[in-house]
Amino acid sequence: MTAQSPQLRQVRARRSLWESTRRTLSSAPFSAWFGMIVILLYVIAAVFAPWIAPYGEAEIVGKAYQPPGPEFWFGTDQIGRDLFSRLIYGARNTIGIAFLTTLLSFAVGGTLGVLTALKRGWLDQGISRVVDAFLAIPVLIFALMLLAVFGKSIVNLILILALLDSTRVFRLARATALDVVVMDYVEAAKLRGEGMGWIIFKEVLPNILPPLITEFGLRFCFVFLTIASLSFLGVGIQPPTADWGSMVAESKTLITFPVRTFPWIPAPFYPALAIAILTVAINFVVDWFLHKTSGLRDEV
Amino acid sequence: MKSEKQRVRGETLLEIRGLRIEGNSDGVWHPIVKGVDLSLKRGEVLGLIGESGAGKSTIGLAAMGFARPGCRIIDGSILFDGIDLRAAGEEDKRTLWGSRIAYVAQSAAAAFNPAHKIIDQTVETAVRRGVMDRGKAVADAVDLYRRLQLPEPAHIGERYPHQVSGGQLQRAMTAMAMSCRPDLIIFDEPTTALDVTTQVEVLAAMRDIVEQFHTAAIYITHDLAVVAQMADRIMVLRHGREVEEAPTRVMLSEPREDYTKTLWAVRKLAKPESVSDDIVLSVRNVDASYSGVVKVLDNVTVGLPRGRTVAVVGESGSGKSTLARVITGILPPSRGEILFNGKPLSRALNERDKDTLRRIQMIYQSADTSLNPRQTIRDIIGRPLEFYQGVQGAARDRRVAELLDSIEMDESYIDRLPTELSGGQKQRISIARALAAEPDIIICDEVTSALDQIVQEEILTLLMRLQKDTNVSYLFITHDIATVRAIADEIVVMHQGKVVQQGPKSQVLNPPHPAYTELLLSSVPQMDPDWLTNLLARRAAGKAGA
Repeated sequence: MTAQSPQLRQVRARRSLWESTRRTLSSAPFSAWFGMIVILLYVIAAVFAPWIAPYGEAEIVGKAYQPPGPEFWFGTDQIGRDLFSRLIYGARNTIGIAFLTTLLSFAVGGTLGVLTALKRGWLDQGISRVVDAFLAIPVLIFALMLLAVFGKSIVNLILILALLDSTRVFRLARATALDVVVMDYVEAAKLRGEGMGWIIFKEVLPNILPPLITEFGLRFCFVFLTIASLSFLGVGIQPPTADWGSMVAESKTLITFPVRTFPWIPAPFYPALAIAILTVAINFVVDWFLHKTSGLRDEV
Repeated sequence: MKSEKQRVRGETLLEIRGLRIEGNSDGVWHPIVKGVDLSLKRGEVLGLIGESGAGKSTIGLAAMGFARPGCRIIDGSILFDGIDLRAAGEEDKRTLWGSRIAYVAQSAAAAFNPAHKIIDQTVETAVRRGVMDRGKAVADAVDLYRRLQLPEPAHIGERYPHQVSGGQLQRAMTAMAMSCRPDLIIFDEPTTALDVTTQVEVLAAMRDIVEQFHTAAIYITHDLAVVAQMADRIMVLRHGREVEEAPTRVMLSEPREDYTKTLWAVRKLAKPESVSDDIVLSVRNVDASYSGVVKVLDNVTVGLPRGRTVAVVGESGSGKSTLARVITGILPPSRGEILFNGKPLSRALNERDKDTLRRIQMIYQSADTSLNPRQTIRDIIGRPLEFYQGVQGAARDRRVAELLDSIEMDESYIDRLPTELSGGQKQRISIARALAAEPDIIICDEVTSALDQIVQEEILTLLMRLQKDTNVSYLFITHDIATVRAIADEIVVMHQGKVVQQGPKSQVLNPPHPAYTELLLSSVPQMDPDWLTNLLARRAAGKAGA
């Protein structure tokens, strides 16, 4: 026989996750909806690329430089690959790599930022000064240099960009965490004897999450633009892998030629447009999130 | 300049009728002030008292025709010297504010601009309103400083706000309010943030200057003893409504309403003193400092008996919170030792084992900053159970429910966040978190000072009951002598890092006292309208005699 235990009712006083998500979304402005739908479409394109794309990623299916038409929606490139298919595969590569890079830079920069805010002292001084030194060098030039030293591979690209980007995440995480680490609940956790991991991830991180998530969106844009720039310069993602930056580079000579067929857009602009629209969409969503979490309220 | 004749008492200066104010939270308007009438004659001081949320400050600001952002005045009339402040335009009100109606805020430190000298801020309104030119205004300000008994009145204005003490800054703010000789001053809890010894000086200075210039004043506070010294008339507020209003002496001697009587019957709680020799924690000859230069603790020796309450009293800066930090290990002492259950305690936090950490728990002053706003009550109370005892899942939830029950809260709170609780409830959760560890000692650092009187009483009663049930020892750090009287077994008086006196409650609270204990005890306001007058007379006589 078990001891009489007090019956614990499961009282859900707070709204469920689904309910609060629904309420939040219903208050989203048009720009945020636009952003979310665009991002969703890109993600679908990236995930299901092999099923959506009419042709293979590096498959030569026609003659070089064919204009857009019913067979090839956006035309073909300099060696006769379908531009539309390559755009879809490009989403997978460019977005996927940018996402991985940003994730890595946040894992490193965020953790170190909170850790230094908690520890202060020589650790803080050491890491902060190294970060300052990194921040003094322009990202693109530094990345070019490091890629030249370590070689042009996708793994190197991700690691190098993540390292460079983590310095900016570090600064933000450290600055916001400094306000939180002085709180009594952090001291209470230290007094309880909690380890660093618990204090960083359970006590501090949840309280600085809103600015970090916002920064994630912005940093993702920058990483993704940097990758496109590096690819354009020929040191990013290597052919025959489809990628928007290198696609712009490959067909850049076409910019000067007039286009006589529908939709009257020169071929290099398709990948460029893909980059531009995604950047704008992400910024719309980030703006909305920033407005929601910044505590700014429209007074009635 | 207004003639002296206009300042004669008897004429009505402020007339508020049927005032109703709403506040907005999360897009919903809810009433804060629900129909309050108030009238004030020239030269009269009205005390507004009530718990937090009673609408005192909101009424005080409304008397200036001002509503905070997120608040709106929806009904009623506010007549100031015949001017309808609700109908008056922003420009008209701006000329009244500062020159004819002045406001003294609770925190002078937050109200002064740290980048400007005190004198510049004192005379700013008078000069800008064209009441007088700068030279004259400065001379007048120096005169006001003198009347407010600020040290070096001729030069103190040259300092920046951070270069003077909190009490001096509060008096400088009163001088700033006085600089245009307003008809009405609104004092919003002006001494709440000050130590009792400083409070006496500030109260005396403010009372004198209001009398000298025959200024009408609204004095907002939650401290009855303070309002008894200042006000001619007292109005008690609760939930945005007037409970009752009467001249001070009548109000103190024969309150009509039950609610007022409960406010008056302060500290029903009184624990008989009980002394014990079974010392659980003994601090011996401890020195501590933050920078290594100035000693914050100087040769401190304190003993805490098992199952008893030792109250540590003193002004801010006396080292009482530092003592707590030394005991918990956050600040390792530079000299001396701490014995816990007869064994020496490691100096630093990270050298102590889990079981020692479990046995010493702490409750903080502000439950707002000591509970993580992103964790539910289940996580907050459940974590020590999980961490120290390895209790998990349903067993943990059951234990959390038991603990909630022991702090007289419903188990339905288990999924709430701290922001969804009241101040008193939050402090109860802090207590439950400390209890969850089943400690030998709980250090309570000013745990009731952020709470209303009635809630304080509840929290103290709860703490006393828990002590009886679990035989836990409390090291109770506070500046509130009334609390000490109610709950302590022993008292430690601290001043400038040194222990002035330690002993059983009956011994410390009764004469003969060391000089500092005498000063501290005599500075605690009493529920007697003549207390301040008598105290000042006694002190003046003492000075003359010496």
